[in-house]
Amino acid sequence: MKLQPPLDRRTVRKLQAGDRLLISGTLITARDQAHLRLVEEENPGFDLEGAIIYYVGPTPPKPGHQIGSSGPTSAYRMDQLAIPLLSRGVRGMIGKGERSAELREALETHEAVYLIATGGAGALLASRIKKRVPLLYEDLGPEAVYRLEVEDFPCYVAYDVHGNSIFGSDRQ
Amino acid sequence: MRTIEKKIFQEAIKQALIEMNHELSPAFISRLASAKETETGTVSKTILDDILQNHEIARKGTFPLCQDTGMVVVFADVGQEVYFSFDFESTLNEAVAEAYAEGYLRKSIVDDPIHRRNSETNTPAITHIRLVPGDQLRLRIAAKGGGSENMSTVRMLKPNDGLEGVRQETLKAIKNAGGRPCPPLIVGIGLGGNLEKSALLAKEAILRDIDDKNPDPELAQFEQQLETEINELDVGPMGVGGETTCLAVKVNTFPTHIAMLPFALNLQCHAARHREVVL
Ligand code: SF4
Repeated sequence: MKLQPPLDRRTVRKLQAGDRLLISGTLITARDQAHLRLVEEENPGFDLEGAIIYYVGPTPPKPGHQIGSSGPTSAYRMDQLAIPLLSRGVRGMIGKGERSAELREALETHEAVYLIATGGAGALLASRIKKRVPLLYEDLGPEAVYRLEVEDFPCYVAYDVHGNSIFGSDRQ
Repeated sequence: MRTIEKKIFQEAIKQALIEMNHELSPAFISRLASAKETETGTVSKTILDDILQNHEIARKGTFPLCQDTGMVVVFADVGQEVYFSFDFESTLNEAVAEAYAEGYLRKSIVDDPIHRRNSETNTPAITHIRLVPGDQLRLRIAAKGGGSENMSTVRMLKPNDGLEGVRQETLKAIKNAGGRPCPPLIVGIGLGGNLEKSALLAKEAILRDIDDKNPDPELAQFEQQLETEINELDVGPMGVGGETTCLAVKVNTFPTHIAMLPFALNLQCHAARHREVVL
């Protein structure tokens, strides 16, 4: 299924845990340190409404390339700080691995989805990133906030807004 | 005495690190490929396919396999008749720094566990140096990611817990870890010794050749049985369920104290970046 951010509530409601998505358009990168700052930021200078946040800390780009290897990092570390961003309109997050019950509840309340990209598939995912533009906190290096333009970026719906999960551990 | 030249030593380490971050061992890839064939879940099969495709792209040399290019671990078995005309540790760290700069690999090491400033060089490496007979230097080098290391554990079991205790602890840990350590995994188990020895055994276990067979028949059978049971946990590739949670289980043991059964579990993610170099 193709998906293009920004996401509205209607689109998000249609997504089901286990769906494979090919995302084209804009993703915003942020991980641990950037989350600490983003939740305090009153005007980040870009639209959080409908945005998809990608938890990634890439390798440095080789000459002539926009970005290096770019797979997802473990999402559970961002669970607490992600909730205030969801209440400000963020509608999707891409990471890897299971997350807390609180986060899953917040997804239902704010109508947002958690997507996973294949962990460790940094080369495959980087090959689908066409452009990278710095937005905020460049002092954080690979942890800074960037805008990524992606094409057919492969992800899976891990937690949908209806409380379903892709993870084997949630099925038993 | 046999002298090992600084340049040869450094080049060998650099080359190994850059190579392993772009290409996995053929034996490991062939296990992944056969797992993809037998995997019956739809999503889990696609994820295994993503991992194989990722390897194909990384092999071309533009993008490392994973963005977490790891903390460097080196087991150095040093022949007693080897002479180094340089400082071993600092030279090794220079080689690591050069590999991570020239290879455009991510620098993931912070200089202090509390203050956490990036060392900007991906050093220091963790070294385990051992003196052995002979005039050769055997280096087993790994670039180990944080995700799977974070799900690893050491526990002091009771002697009477035996292999059954080991089995239960392992199954519990892998189930709880779910998708976080990036399965499919190589599961390394260290048994015996003391606290730190068990952890070293577990790390050496994940470095074993994936196709080797444990020389102890009882342990060989235990490894097989545990592999089957882990794959019945329905954790699956990246935790999405399925039959491919681990590709191998390796158990390394050492004598221990009458009152102890140290148990360490070291998980290796599917970005299993290891190389062995003999100089
Ligand atoms: S656990 Fe391994 S494959 Fe997963 S992100 Fe870390 S280094 Fe990469």
